[in-house]
Amino acid sequence: MTSSARACLKTRLLMQTLEQIKDRITASFPDARLEIIANGSPANQPSLLLDHAHARQIARFLRDDPALRFDYASNVTGVDWPEKIVKEKIKVKKIIDGVEKEMEEVSDRKTSAFLESVYHLYSMTLGHGPLVIRLRTVNRGDDVALPSLTPVWRSCEFQEREIFDLFGIQFQGHPDLRRILMWDNFVDHPMRKDYVPTDSGEVAL
Amino acid sequence: MMAVSDLQTSRAGDSAGHDLLEVSMGPHHPSTHGVFRMNVVLDGETVVKLSPVFGYLHRNHEKIAEKNSYLASIPYTDRLDYICSMTNNWAYVLSVEKLTGLAVPERAEYIRVIVGELTRLFNHACLAGFLLQDMGALGTPLMYAFREREKILDLFESLSGARMMCNYMRFGGCRCDLPDGWLEQAAKTVANFDSFLDHFEALLTGNEIIRARSDGVGVLPAALAINAGVTGPGLRASGVNYDIRKVDKYGIYSRFDFRVPLGERGDVFDRYMVRILEMRQSLKILEAAMRDIPAGAIIDPKAKLRNLRPKAGEAYGRIEGPKGELGFYLISDGSATPYRFRIRPPSLINLTVLEDMCLGHTIADVVIILGSIDIVLGEVDR
Repeated sequence: MTSSARACLKTRLLMQTLEQIKDRITASFPDARLEIIANGSPANQPSLLLDHAHARQIARFLRDDPALRFDYASNVTGVDWPEKIVKEKIKVKKIIDGVEKEMEEVSDRKTSAFLESVYHLYSMTLGHGPLVIRLRTVNRGDDVALPSLTPVWRSCEFQEREIFDLFGIQFQGHPDLRRILMWDNFVDHPMRKDYVPTDSGEVAL
Repeated sequence: MMAVSDLQTSRAGDSAGHDLLEVSMGPHHPSTHGVFRMNVVLDGETVVKLSPVFGYLHRNHEKIAEKNSYLASIPYTDRLDYICSMTNNWAYVLSVEKLTGLAVPERAEYIRVIVGELTRLFNHACLAGFLLQDMGALGTPLMYAFREREKILDLFESLSGARMMCNYMRFGGCRCDLPDGWLEQAAKTVANFDSFLDHFEALLTGNEIIRARSDGVGVLPAALAINAGVTGPGLRASGVNYDIRKVDKYGIYSRFDFRVPLGERGDVFDRYMVRILEMRQSLKILEAAMRDIPAGAIIDPKAKLRNLRPKAGEAYGRIEGPKGELGFYLISDGSATPYRFRIRPPSLINLTVLEDMCLGHTIADVVIILGSIDIVLGEVDR
């Protein structure tokens, strides 16, 4: 078997497991909206997007379910996705000189803007992982709240504080949501894509 | 040692009444191993509250990396945990290899294991030295460890041109091949390291003062360690068998026969002892790797170092660094710079439980509990 074929097979197996995990969650939480986010890299790490309402319950389920036992939240981080304009080709039917013809038109589509928190989960008990779960805010402006998963995994405590500090996501239910790396009266969120540093390097206090 | 609840009752019943004292320890305090600060609330000498303060060394490495090419970030990773630049390089290039699907030639894999395990050796030896320094054994144990570290740094210098900021690994392999005679020199260093360890242990392990200071101090229960994401020797000292070299078998670690030392009680002494035993296992790995290393290429000919543009996607790669799980999470949007570059710093996350380990102990114990966690502020603050 060539290495690419092996990688392909591995992807399929992993995708299947993620589907299985999704089904397992759906069986326990029929109302939860789950979505598998594909990953274009050869790393075979697709992720599972959770909804806000069920996120903490699902996280507890992932941690405690005897077949899954994702007892270890390893890497917790944020990603900023500002609005982006994507050019898309769409086919339209037009009547030209009385004949209907199919034409291609290029249109601009705006992607939705949001902040994301990403959790890489492993199981120390069963030795498997990573399971990548994601949570997305409604937008990047006035509604940047997400449920905190610190009550489920203590390892999220400092990492969610860091996301709050550098990306500005408000984690609801976090026991101690303060800035961690920047100083307390700093006003902006430096990891956002549109962050502009001030000339002096200091922000007016 | 009084439990915290006992303390509170004794305070309530104290008719003379005494106030708690809040002390700011650090950022410039020799025992904090860099610019780390703790706000400690003390009842007499006993800790009742502790909150760490971070950020004194923060330069937002992750943002800098978003503006740099993939290649240009390698020297920045040297400066994370500046004791262990080789393993930092390794974790980063491993993640880029996952993101791009690059293969690594055999010889390069062996070289990575050799320099990685050498790094683990001197990291653990220095940690033991610093820990003893924190206990009051000024100078001697640390200088013994530093003497051995010098020999390994000499090897790194002849290999990479730099003693500490090695900038040695590349995606798909390593930057340059081993110089002539390097392996022989390394074999000598490794052979001598075993007798150094015997000497070091004869001096320290059974020492009554060390036992009195470290037994039962800063106990970390296994369940809490797992939930708080503690990794590395600190986790294994609490009895959890989790070593990423065994779990992920990244690189060629499946070929080596080594054991994972575990502690029983999770106290400061166990954390010290686990590191000593890990060094013995590293020596076994090193001997095997230096015996079996094949000739051949040291970098994948397909590896494109400059102007690397991985396909849009993401990857998380991790290694068992000397301090714990060191991971890099990369998102590519298809351009020549990473869209997101995230470091999972073991030093920061291992500090999550610092307060839990210190409550009820004296301020002098805080110093050695922190010393036994093993942090480097370049990695904590990034």
